[in-house]
Amino acid sequence: MNKKHKSISYAKWGYIFIIPFFVVYIIFSLIPTLSTFYYSFFNKGFDPVSFEEYEKFVGFDNYVKLLSFEGGTNRFFSYFGNTMIMWVLGAVPQLLFSLLLAVIFTSARLRIKGQRFFKTVIYMPNLIMAASYALLFIGLFSDVGPINVLIKAISGDTFRFLADPWGARGVIAFVNFIMWFGNTTILLMAGIMGIDQSLFEAAQIDGASGMQVFTKITLPLLMPILVYVAITSLIGGLQMFDVPQIMRVSDTPTQDTTTMIMWLNNLITGASRQYGMGGAMSVLIFAVTGGLSFLVFKTMVTSPDKVKSKKKAK
Amino acid sequence: MDTNYYNKTGETKSQRAQITTARVFSYIFLGLVTVLALFPILILVINTTRDRFALQGTFSLIPGTSFGENMSHTIYGDNDPNSLFNTTQVPILRGMLNSLIVAGSSCLLTTYFSAMTAYGIHVYDFKGKKFAFNFILIIMMIPTQVSSVGFVSLVENMKLMNTYAPLIIPAIAAPAVFFYMKQYLESSFPLEVVEAARVDGCNEFRTFNMIALPMMKPAIAVQLIFAFVASWNNFFTPSLILRTEDDLKTVPILIQKLSSSVLSGGADWGQVYMTIFLSIIPVVIIYFFVSKNIVEGVALGAVKG
Repeated sequence: MNKKHKSISYAKWGYIFIIPFFVVYIIFSLIPTLSTFYYSFFNKGFDPVSFEEYEKFVGFDNYVKLLSFEGGTNRFFSYFGNTMIMWVLGAVPQLLFSLLLAVIFTSARLRIKGQRFFKTVIYMPNLIMAASYALLFIGLFSDVGPINVLIKAISGDTFRFLADPWGARGVIAFVNFIMWFGNTTILLMAGIMGIDQSLFEAAQIDGASGMQVFTKITLPLLMPILVYVAITSLIGGLQMFDVPQIMRVSDTPTQDTTTMIMWLNNLITGASRQYGMGGAMSVLIFAVTGGLSFLVFKTMVTSPDKVKSKKKAK
Repeated sequence: MDTNYYNKTGETKSQRAQITTARVFSYIFLGLVTVLALFPILILVINTTRDRFALQGTFSLIPGTSFGENMSHTIYGDNDPNSLFNTTQVPILRGMLNSLIVAGSSCLLTTYFSAMTAYGIHVYDFKGKKFAFNFILIIMMIPTQVSSVGFVSLVENMKLMNTYAPLIIPAIAAPAVFFYMKQYLESSFPLEVVEAARVDGCNEFRTFNMIALPMMKPAIAVQLIFAFVASWNNFFTPSLILRTEDDLKTVPILIQKLSSSVLSGGADWGQVYMTIFLSIIPVVIIYFFVSKNIVEGVALGAVKG
C-alpha cells in the first residue's frame, strides 16, 4: 500500500492544511512581535494636546530610560520587584501544598477515597474568571466584608487589607495561590504516577518509612517535573495582570501592586500611547521569558526518560 | 507474585497504627483544602441572596431572600433617587452575550484549525514539514503580551479597534492546541485510514472533515472547553481592543468597570456579588458536566502552564 501512493504526490495538501495557521500567525503574531521590537528604538506616541502622532528614531534611549535610576527610583525595577514578590508569596505555598497533596493522593499506603471529588474541587478555581475572582476577594477582604467582620469581632478594629501594601500583595498572592494549586497538584500527580511503581514496592519491602520513600525516591525522581512546574509558574507569574489590575488599589499612594504587564497595558492604552517605551519594555520581558523557556526546554530535553514516563502516567 | 501479599502481611501492628494516623491527618488536610477552594464560591452564592444593607458589615452563612431584588438591581438599576446606593444598572446580560459570541467563535476556530494544522503535519510528507513543526514548538512558549504593542498598532492601522475581529481571528493560530492535537493524532490516528479513504475515492479535504475529525472527537471536546473558558475569561486582550464602545464590552471589562466603582466606595454589594455570580456561572455549569475530562486533560498537559 505504501508503494502505491508514491506515484501520486500529496505534498501540496500538507501545505494547504497548514497555510491558515501560518498566515494568521504571521499577520497577528509575528508581524506585531517584529514591529514591537522595531518601535522599541523609536520615541513613538501620541500627543493628547496637539492630537498629533510622533515617531522619531532614538536608538537605545528607551532602554536606557527604562533601566536607569532617576532620583533613586526606577519604575521598571520596582514593578519587576512587585511582580516577583507577589509571585513568590503565591508560588512557594502553592508548590508545597501541591506536593503534599500529590503525595497523599498517589500514596498506595493511604489509599485515599473520594479522589475524583477532591481533584474536581481543587481544580475548579483555575477555571473561574480571574477578574471576577479578584473582585470577589475585594468583597471578602473589604472594610465591610466577612473577613473584617471576623477581625472586628476579635480585635475591635478593622484591618484595611487593600490599603496596606503588604496586605494588598498578600491578598493578590493568596488569590493566585487558590487559583493555581489544583492545577499544580494534578501535574505533580501525573509526575509521581509516572515513576516506576516497583521502586515504591521494593522500598516498602525493605521497610522504608513514608518519609524515606518521599526523600529518597519520590523527590529526586520528580525533580525534573518539579523544575518544569516551577519555571512555567514563573513564566506565568511574570505575566501577572488580571488579579492585580482589578485590585488596583486606589488608596495606596505608592504603587506597590503594579506589575510589569499592568504598566505595559497602561503605556499602550494611556492617552499618550507610548508605543516606543512599551516596545522596549516588551523586549525586556521577552528576553527574561525567553531565557526561562530555554531552561524549561533544556530540563525537558536532558531528561527524556522522565518526560516519557510522565506521558505514560495517564 | 501478588504484591498485595506483602502489603497486607508485611505491616506490623505499629506500622498499621502509623498509617491510620497518617490517613486521619490526610483527610483533615484534604478537608481544609476543599474548604479553601469552595468557601469563596459558597460565600458568593449566599451573598447574592442577602439584602444589600445586610451586606454592609455583617456576615452570615444563612441565605437571605433578596436574590430577585439583587438581580433586578443588577439588570435594571434600582430606579430610586432617594436610595442610599443610587445603583446604576450593569449591562451584564449584554456582556454575557458579547462574551458568548467572542468565546464561541474563538473556540470553534481554535479547535478546527489546530486539528487541521496537526493533521497536515501528521499525515503528509512535504518539504519544510520538520521546520514548520519545530517553529510552532518554539513559538508556543512566547507570551502573547510581548507582542501587544505591535498588535494594537496593527489593529489600529487595520481600523479594527473596538471590533471583535482582533479577538476572534487570531484564535486560528494556537500553538498549544496544535501540539495537543498532534500528540493525539500520533497516539490514535493510523495513516492506513487515509490510504483506505483514498482507495475509496475520497478527496483529501473530505477525508479530514468526514473521517479524521470524528475520530479526533475526544481531543476536540477537551480543547473546545479549554478554549471557550480561556476566551471567556480573557481580560488582557479585550482591555487593549474594546475601549470605547460600551455595547461591545465583554464580561471581564464590565467587571473592571465595576471594581473601580467599588474601590471608590459606597458599593451596592448585592449588585456586585450578583454580577460576579453571573460572570462565573456559565463556566461553573460547564465544569459541573465535564469535570472528569477536564481534570484528565490537565494531567495530559492540555493546559499551557
